[in-house]
Amino acid sequence: MTEATPGQTIGPFFHHALAFPGDSELVPFGSAGSVVLHGYVHDGAGDPVPDAMIEIRQSDASGDVPRVGGSLRRRGAGFTGWGRSCTDGAGHYWFSTVEPALPFFAVTVFARGLLDRLFTRIYLPDAADAIDGLVASRESDGRLQFDIHLQGPSETVFFKFPRT
Amino acid sequence: MTTSQEEISDEIAKIQADSPRGAPLLDFVPYRSTALRHPTKEPRHVDPEGAELLTPVFGHSDVAAIEADLTVQRGGEPIGERIRVHGRVLDGDGRPVRRQLVEVWQANAAGRYSHQGDQHPAPLDPNFTGVGRCLTDDDGWYSFTSIKPGPYPWRNHHNAWRPAHIHFSLFGTDFTQRLITQMYFPGDQLLALDPIAQSITDPAALARLIASYDHSRSEHEWLLGYRWDIVLTGSHATYLEPSDD
Repeated sequence: MTEATPGQTIGPFFHHALAFPGDSELVPFGSAGSVVLHGYVHDGAGDPVPDAMIEIRQSDASGDVPRVGGSLRRRGAGFTGWGRSCTDGAGHYWFSTVEPALPFFAVTVFARGLLDRLFTRIYLPDAADAIDGLVASRESDGRLQFDIHLQGPSETVFFKFPRT
Repeated sequence: MTTSQEEISDEIAKIQADSPRGAPLLDFVPYRSTALRHPTKEPRHVDPEGAELLTPVFGHSDVAAIEADLTVQRGGEPIGERIRVHGRVLDGDGRPVRRQLVEVWQANAAGRYSHQGDQHPAPLDPNFTGVGRCLTDDDGWYSFTSIKPGPYPWRNHHNAWRPAHIHFSLFGTDFTQRLITQMYFPGDQLLALDPIAQSITDPAALARLIASYDHSRSEHEWLLGYRWDIVLTGSHATYLEPSDD
């Protein structure tokens, strides 16, 4: 196996390069069958992380993981199963999407001050065999909520895959 | 009083003597902003499944060819040394990553980002955003035309300067291969002083982030060529293929 190129922090100045119109809307906000997945990214002191970027990858409502282009030019494109959300000044991220039939969102976390990407999952509230601590809560208005803690007493469970 | 470069360099040397590692240390005190942003628990070992085994797909509907040339996006010529950066994206088994998205961003020749958060009092260049995208070709090759970025100061410690770099964002064939990193330039004296680069405590691994000057890709009276190959981690889609026996 060839040696992998190491990662480096995303730094503070990525928004103008990586954010794009519709990046966090895998389906249009408010459209029929859509759900909002959202939350806050916190540091070890519980403070918001206003310069993080979250990406999700997911199946559609029937369990297919789409293999189609169009994520960067969403207008008129079908469901691509991938989205990107840069946190705002309050550390808030959000996606408008559909609930995946395969019961989790695959998640990647990047931030200034974080030297390499982190992987985790966000499971749907009723998922069987969910990993403890990685289950979204259902808010009264139907939105799915999940906070990411980079450090601290509520530190999120992050993953090591066999080949990462 | 803020920390001096000498103190930061001493901290780096002590950590590197203890733990040479090919991936950046997330808990790396010399880079002060890591203090509250690195996980303290061991990562959980998980086998990827479902969506984790399938990368998002991008195509020519997503990326226009002109986005690979950062020198022509604003109508006028940006100021600085014109360069071409090219190379191959391979997976951990040496296979080319075909027709996949590569995103780049960088400071201008004066060391200033076209980002509202950058307060470095160096001039903005009205003809340079420092943002580009391309798709790799059928053999995994990418190529960008740009301007050599300048080094710039930051507030990690007193008189702290980032070496010149280009940020790269990459996708593989599965989602677990996602990579964001920085490409550096050969011979940069600031690399040895930089806590972000030196968080990769194995010098051989850090060397994999440094492009090489590629005279074969320099163009007569036009630009200087650099070559930088990128190797992602291994694909699990192949690795975990179930056997029939």
